Amino acid sequence: MARPRIYKTQGVVLRQMPLGEADRILTLFTPDMGKLRAVARGVRRTKSRMGGHLEPLTHVSVSVAHGKALDTIAEAETIHSFRGLREDLGRVSRAIYVAELVDGFSAEHSPSPNVYRLLLEALHRLQEPSGSGQLIRYFEVQLLRQSGFGPELLRCVECRSDIEPGDHLFSSAKGGVLCQRCRPQSGEALLPLSLNGMKVLRYLQREEYAKAATLTVPQALGDELERVLGSYTRYVLDRELKSAEFMHLVTPGRSRRATGARRG
Amino acid sequence: MEQFHKLPGIGPKTAQRLTYYLVRMPKDEARLLAEAVLAVKERIVFCSQCYNITESNPCVLCADPGRDQARICVVEEAMDVLALERTGAYKGLYHVLHGVISPMNGIGPDDLRIQPLLGRLKGGAVQEIILATNPNLEGEATSMYIHRLISPLGVKVTRPARGLPVGGDLEYADEVTLGRAIEGRQEF
Repeated sequence: MARPRIYKTQGVVLRQMPLGEADRILTLFTPDMGKLRAVARGVRRTKSRMGGHLEPLTHVSVSVAHGKALDTIAEAETIHSFRGLREDLGRVSRAIYVAELVDGFSAEHSPSPNVYRLLLEALHRLQEPSGSGQLIRYFEVQLLRQSGFGPELLRCVECRSDIEPGDHLFSSAKGGVLCQRCRPQSGEALLPLSLNGMKVLRYLQREEYAKAATLTVPQALGDELERVLGSYTRYVLDRELKSAEFMHLVTPGRSRRATGARRG
Repeated sequence: MEQFHKLPGIGPKTAQRLTYYLVRMPKDEARLLAEAVLAVKERIVFCSQCYNITESNPCVLCADPGRDQARICVVEEAMDVLALERTGAYKGLYHVLHGVISPMNGIGPDDLRIQPLLGRLKGGAVQEIILATNPNLEGEATSMYIHRLISPLGVKVTRPARGLPVGGDLEYADEVTLGRAIEGRQEF
């Protein structure tokens, strides 16, 4: 076999699971291999050389040895520890949510450099103390887009006619907006999406992070976008995200309405 | 053999060795072992105050009048109590959470013993809470969450210091550990 015994890559640690006495199974997101699961030996011991470098939400450069079932991390060195994220409950809960989304939307051995860049930029921006604006919504929209689930916001998902200005309905099952004529034909659960809500989503879909970071929307509109995108990502991933629940719990000033509707 | 293999840290070879050892073991000793295993399941309960595992309720630590009743050290697992007790440096009470907030593994605050901890603070006898969760992402998040719940009660909240492990190597320390070690340096 010609492949080298050890390969080098970099990645963001998305999650970890304890394994045996002192080991962990890590899930990393890498630019060249997509999601990578690997064993890190001895990292739960206090004296582990690698332990501190392989915490979740660390941008790390690693040497990995091929293994029979799972590869093993041989060396690890932090590129960026995102310390600013870890020391604030609200920020860390958002970063965990971002990581769980990437984990859910990505597959092993399926490289996605765009999602990698999106993730790194999100973690850097979430560190900044100046409110996160619509960063989380931006991340959701862009991650959906990069994963091939970008919401259709220009044409009706039913009849393909152009969407006219006005209030509309969003269908998670069809992944986009329904025009006013197609409304009654659909028996599935639909969420209201106002004209302004749709404009913000379109804006997030085509703009840069920097713009999203400075975008502020009224609370009610923010809740509406959160409901639509939350319901859509849940539909695509086909599961509830515990990290979304935790993010709600620790983010002050969330209205009960938004939380209630999320469960309903 | 398969039963041994289910235990943590026991691979197929060790399971074989243990089974073979049991075959050769005198019957009396085997009975003692069997009884000890059953006793764990039958007699061990959670302490109604600190949720440590114990044979008596309240546990020996909670029942000991010599311990400092004004301090509660919050830990993730019962094993952490043993580790802290081995140091002999802490004389207060404990509170075992039985886990850590880990949204990615589906564990939220409601799955831990956080409410009983808040209940223990109601009497006003407790002056200090030491949040000794593990110094990793989940442990930190758990501590920050508990801190947020406790802070309106006006109880002092502390954390164990972060720093370099004894016998460690400066060169291999990650930047967070090293950074906090320098920040928290003490006069020689």
